[in-house]
Amino acid sequence: MISLQNLTLTIHDTPILTDVSFEIPQGQIFGLVGESGSGKSMTALALMQLLPLGSVVGGHVTVEGADVLTLSEPDMCALRGNEISMIFQEPMTALNPVQSIGNQVAETLLIHGKASKSEAAKIARKMLDRVGLPADRFPSSRYPHELSGGQRQRVCIAMAIALRPKLLIADEPTTALDVTTQAQILELLRKLVVEENMSLLLITHDLAVVAGMADHVAVMRKGELVEQGPTEQLFKTMTHPYTKQLFEASSHQPDRVGDTQKTPILEVKNAIREYAAPRTKLFHRPAPFRAVNNVSFTLMRGESLGLVGESGCGKSTLTRAILGLDPLQGGEIRLSGEPVLAGEHMPASLRQKVQIVFQDPYGSFNPRHKVQRLVMEPFHLTQVPENSRAHVAEALETVGMEADAMDRYIHEFSGGQRQRIAIARALVLHPDLIVLDEAVSALDVSIRAQILDLLADLQTRLGLSYLFISHDLTVVRAITDRVLVMKAGEIVEQGPTEQVFTAPSHPYTQQLLDAAPQIPDDWQETKHA
Amino acid sequence: MKLPVQLITGTILTGFFVVAVALSFFWTPHDVTILTIADKLQTPSAEYWLGTDHFGRDMFSMLMVGARTSIAVAIVAVGIGMGVGVPLGLMAAANRGSLLDEVIMRGNDLIFAFPSLVIAILITAVFGPSALNAILAIGIFNIPVFARVTRGAALSVWTLDYILAARTCGKRALRISVEHILPNIANLLIVQGTIQFSLGILAEAGLSYVGLGAQPPTPSWGRMLADAQTYIYSDARLAFLPGIAIVLMVLGLNLMGDGLRDLLDPRIRRER
Amino acid sequence: MIRFAATRLLSLSLSLLMASVVVFAVVEVIPGDPASYMLGLNAAPEAVIALRDELGLNGTLWARYFGWVTGMLAGDFGTSYTYRVPVSDLITQRLWVSLPLALFALLLSTLIAFPVGLIAAARRGKPSDYVIMGVTQLGIAVPNFWFAMLLVLVFAINLHWFNAGGFAGWENGLLAGLKSLTLPAISLALPQASILARIMRSSLLETLTQDYIRTARAKGLTRAQALRRHALRNAMIPVLTIIGLQFSFLIAGGIIIENVFYLPGLGRLIFQGITQRDLVVVESVVMLLVFAVITVTFLVDIAYAAVDPRLRSGR
Repeated sequence: MISLQNLTLTIHDTPILTDVSFEIPQGQIFGLVGESGSGKSMTALALMQLLPLGSVVGGHVTVEGADVLTLSEPDMCALRGNEISMIFQEPMTALNPVQSIGNQVAETLLIHGKASKSEAAKIARKMLDRVGLPADRFPSSRYPHELSGGQRQRVCIAMAIALRPKLLIADEPTTALDVTTQAQILELLRKLVVEENMSLLLITHDLAVVAGMADHVAVMRKGELVEQGPTEQLFKTMTHPYTKQLFEASSHQPDRVGDTQKTPILEVKNAIREYAAPRTKLFHRPAPFRAVNNVSFTLMRGESLGLVGESGCGKSTLTRAILGLDPLQGGEIRLSGEPVLAGEHMPASLRQKVQIVFQDPYGSFNPRHKVQRLVMEPFHLTQVPENSRAHVAEALETVGMEADAMDRYIHEFSGGQRQRIAIARALVLHPDLIVLDEAVSALDVSIRAQILDLLADLQTRLGLSYLFISHDLTVVRAITDRVLVMKAGEIVEQGPTEQVFTAPSHPYTQQLLDAAPQIPDDWQETKHA
Repeated sequence: MKLPVQLITGTILTGFFVVAVALSFFWTPHDVTILTIADKLQTPSAEYWLGTDHFGRDMFSMLMVGARTSIAVAIVAVGIGMGVGVPLGLMAAANRGSLLDEVIMRGNDLIFAFPSLVIAILITAVFGPSALNAILAIGIFNIPVFARVTRGAALSVWTLDYILAARTCGKRALRISVEHILPNIANLLIVQGTIQFSLGILAEAGLSYVGLGAQPPTPSWGRMLADAQTYIYSDARLAFLPGIAIVLMVLGLNLMGDGLRDLLDPRIRRER
Repeated sequence: MIRFAATRLLSLSLSLLMASVVVFAVVEVIPGDPASYMLGLNAAPEAVIALRDELGLNGTLWARYFGWVTGMLAGDFGTSYTYRVPVSDLITQRLWVSLPLALFALLLSTLIAFPVGLIAAARRGKPSDYVIMGVTQLGIAVPNFWFAMLLVLVFAINLHWFNAGGFAGWENGLLAGLKSLTLPAISLALPQASILARIMRSSLLETLTQDYIRTARAKGLTRAQALRRHALRNAMIPVLTIIGLQFSFLIAGGIIIENVFYLPGLGRLIFQGITQRDLVVVESVVMLLVFAVITVTFLVDIAYAAVDPRLRSGR
């Protein structure tokens, strides 16, 4: 039984957590939900006493009767990894790159003096098997860089459960992973909870994940716990306005009416894109890697077409080819009837017909330029108009920003605002097609809902066509008319969105839909009643 | 706001020498071209603030004029290094993996195999010693330093989305390098510049010391140290003073460089 | 790993080849006719012709270059014009001074730098860190040859612990030889150790911010354990590259230092070669120095791959 009572935290006098209290019974999964800045990760770090410098903690955290916050550092070290363990969000950087996975798992045992070196190695091997990394494919001598993100997360889990802790804290463990991998990792965690009678504190921003996994849920906002209760009950009878807002935003469907016309804007026919695979042998050049294999589809004017796929499926490569940044090795792409040839061969008049909005609001802008210059960049393709400020002002206002934003620097704006500016930049030349490459994936749920509304509104008002690339099926469902499902460089299914999502024909699509966490419909009914 | 002590101290120290050099063109306490053997090896006094050397020249004036050589050589050498190295690095990064990139990297490795001393030796063997010698030797070695640093920094900027955005706006590699890449790596290059400047001072001193740099009668700190060696038993002051001047100048530059780096890179990391 | 070493070896040979072309071009092509250059402006024409024959300068450029390279590979560096003995003999003699000096200095600087850098990183922000940073800041500003003079002043002239210069010779015993090299090695080692210590410290601090350190702490490792078991090895990687680069500075510095201590090493040989216009000697010693630098770079690359498994699989 783990209990938090009135946990408060300030870092350098800034309040981070205020009066957080909840209990996790043994063997239960407790979901802690919130958006960025809600303090959910800090709560976990406070539990582990791994807070940054300048932290001052108050309140009590009781684990099996002992107050963790009063323990000395050596006592705390004895507790970590032993009674309380933690896994983090970024599996790609969570492991030491120069140590083998076997050694890293065994280290947990050795540090706590629970086994000799040879015993620890054997137990580590068993743990790796248990988390789904069998010895034949994943020997203990493997190094982290030889594993994928999901596999590395499994290693982290193996390290964390090696000593059978009472509590496992998982801080956004699957946020950086693909949908299918996410489902597998969550399933693994669920299995371990049952087998070990371990408590799991699952921290996430995704309500659907929590709906599927947790026995109890608590919602956090700005360092405070606003509502908590048993999962189903909380979903069905939520009282706090923020909880309702969060719930609404995560299943938000913008009001849109698809207006697909008859003229094709984008035609992709039998597109093939290959590039040279890295040399592994000295004298043998390997066959080129085919990232896009015979892809064909058409996007009509006024249509919103979704492109769904997991990482490595080739959607980024395809996008770069559509934008004329990389050449095709076979097939062709046409934009409003004209062929798209990469590099210098793409005339400016053609380039201005397609613009792109990227995923990362923090990397999409040159930090040294003011917003006006950033939004004006596409004018490199045409003449810079005399009343450029007016154009920029218009673009900014269209996306719901104030015109005076153009005189500020990009770092003064939040993630959601930056994405609006990115959309303004994409709009400024009045292109035919806008490619949205995971454009809302990095945003908080409530901001995401706003941006989706904006995008839907813009499409109707300005008659835009969208190519909407995402791994998030809920988002795609909300904003697209038709959808393409991509796997290993090929389109395995395409069709009207609703149809594909309710009655998929390809097994991979079915696999994706099964893996995507969902809030049960009957829990949602009460909302829309 | 934490006071940038390093930056201030460094700038003051460096500034002191820069002022001394500027001043030296108009006025020095005594004329260093006149040898007054009668006054040789005098201890500090009101007339000769730091005493005289073995030729009767005023040490303070010698140091001022010698500073000219050090700074001139080091600055031009940094100029050469940056002027050639930065564009090379930008080109290599913009064409990563291409033949041009390979050639530039190979060229870098080749120059790295020749420490500035060795380059100076080669040039001297053929053309004889001079200050130009030192400038070339140090400058040529600076080129791969800047090329490598520029390429590395530029490569990490090339992967960012806003570069992709610029490319979709039809901008080409040269324009992107100048408009987007360079301003975002400028801080790094400035800091590297101060590092190479201070290294250049040290290198010039070493070259002058062994006779490969500025030749007499041009005063240089390294040369002064070489001359001082014969007098080390009797009058160690001759060896102290130029050495301390070098230390102070280099220290000033290093502090300034460190201070600049802290100022320009606002990422403060806290360890857990 | 073998494949990695093989590609690196190929790279090394290529660099050496290109370097030899550069050296040859500068020494034998730029001065015009090496023979007349060596003999000076007032030389009698017969003497020049005789020297040309002696040096084998009558072949084409390519033939001469080829002959020179194959000669070096066989260990024949030509005959010194001034001393009339095989250059290889001269070099071998001097090498026994310069090489031990460089290695001694390298050993000293790493032995000092590693613990100092480690302590500074572990005690970051505390007084001992500030002291270390201050001392190293001074250490990198000091010219090594000037420091050498100061050492001579204090330890040789005043304290009489060491000789002010000269080399006792290995024939007089290992200890005697090392004693002659001690002050020189220390003066070389100080600035290098200061640089290395600072780099060690910053590399360690950088490593300590990595995610896998957080993972280690979450497993129950104390700060000290996390530093020792995880941060150290990763922090070493960039430090290794620096050591390789430092070696070339050590070699160059050694040449200058020999001047302070009147050591009969490669430095003396090459400076005499320059003054006496003995291009054969200059050519050979430069080539040797370049070879040393390139070889050390190669060794560093190998060590790098030995420490970091990511490099071995060629990713």
